[in-house]
Amino acid sequence: MTRTTVRNTAIIFLVAAIAAGTGTLAAQTLNSGLRGATPLNDEGPASPMPQTRNTAERETRNYPEQPPVIPHSIDGYQIDINGNKCLSCHARARTAESQAPMVSITHFMDRDGQFLASVSPRRFFCTECHVPQNVVTPPVSNDFVDIDTLLSRASPGGRR
Amino acid sequence: MTATDKPEARPGALRRVWNFALELLDVLLRPSSIFGLGILVLAGFVAGVIFWGGFNTALELTNSEKFCTSCHEMRDNVFAELKTTIHFSNRSGVRASCPDCHVPHNWTDKIARKMQASKEVWGHLFGYIDNRDKFTDKRLELALHEWARFKANDSLECRNCHSAQSMDITKQSPRAAVAHERYLFTGEKTCIDCHKGIAHHLPDMRGVPGWQ
Repeated sequence: MTRTTVRNTAIIFLVAAIAAGTGTLAAQTLNSGLRGATPLNDEGPASPMPQTRNTAERETRNYPEQPPVIPHSIDGYQIDINGNKCLSCHARARTAESQAPMVSITHFMDRDGQFLASVSPRRFFCTECHVPQNVVTPPVSNDFVDIDTLLSRASPGGRR
Repeated sequence: MTATDKPEARPGALRRVWNFALELLDVLLRPSSIFGLGILVLAGFVAGVIFWGGFNTALELTNSEKFCTSCHEMRDNVFAELKTTIHFSNRSGVRASCPDCHVPHNWTDKIARKMQASKEVWGHLFGYIDNRDKFTDKRLELALHEWARFKANDSLECRNCHSAQSMDITKQSPRAAVAHERYLFTGEKTCIDCHKGIAHHLPDMRGVPGWQ
């Protein structure tokens, strides 16, 4: 066998192997739970838009530093250089009328820890941290436990 | 012929118009010697129907979304902004177009608003807001006009569709139910007091009551 024949045979095998590989990949249905039964090379149907959780009831924070989630719909709320719709209820002066919780005092601080008269520019865009919630079952389960639960266990930090 | 004779030969333009008006008045006041009274009355009636119908048809033509958005000032600014809001597309498919909110439905008020709007035609012709920057600079002033109008007529154009009587607050979110019960039903506030910027973007809200 000449050197050229060996190379040609090798190329033919390689091509066949690649073709077989892509063929099986394309035919395979990968059921990961997130993308459903749609093959990897197809785009599945879009899932329906979930509804916003609109109870207006406060939700427990998972840890003290967690920005509280927004328990209501904020569709069409404008937050930009011209105005901040959130503040028309959550600003200090507006809370008596709206009965909404006041923006935290930490939001009045500038980066040097000085308190300003109103919400600091770096805290102006509420939805950077605070987000509304949807009525959905999470596609991926989560076994997070908060610190109180962890501390109340017989062997702290042990079995999860 | 001397120069002094000239004015006598041909009266001035004003004088001729005045003479024509006097003759016309004379003809209009003299009873008709050709047409019968019945024909005149009938012709007057038919002409009245045509003119009145034509007037209202023209009025309705200027009261459509298509007419409003035929000016680029409206189409590229306020109409473009309306398209993303719930008053343009929603689950029930009812659309509130420009005149539903900005032109009173009552006839007398409508005519008054149409006369005011002639200023907008002037503004269009002379390019008061013919680009986006000019428009955003003037947005606060324009918005203040509309807010003042809604405040003065107790948000009449809102209430043409959203009446407090037919509002079922048990179907609303808890937040909305509380606010409507406390401020709308008691008459303490009117729609526009809280619902600003629902159909178009807001102007610079500094100094507007209830805003930061």
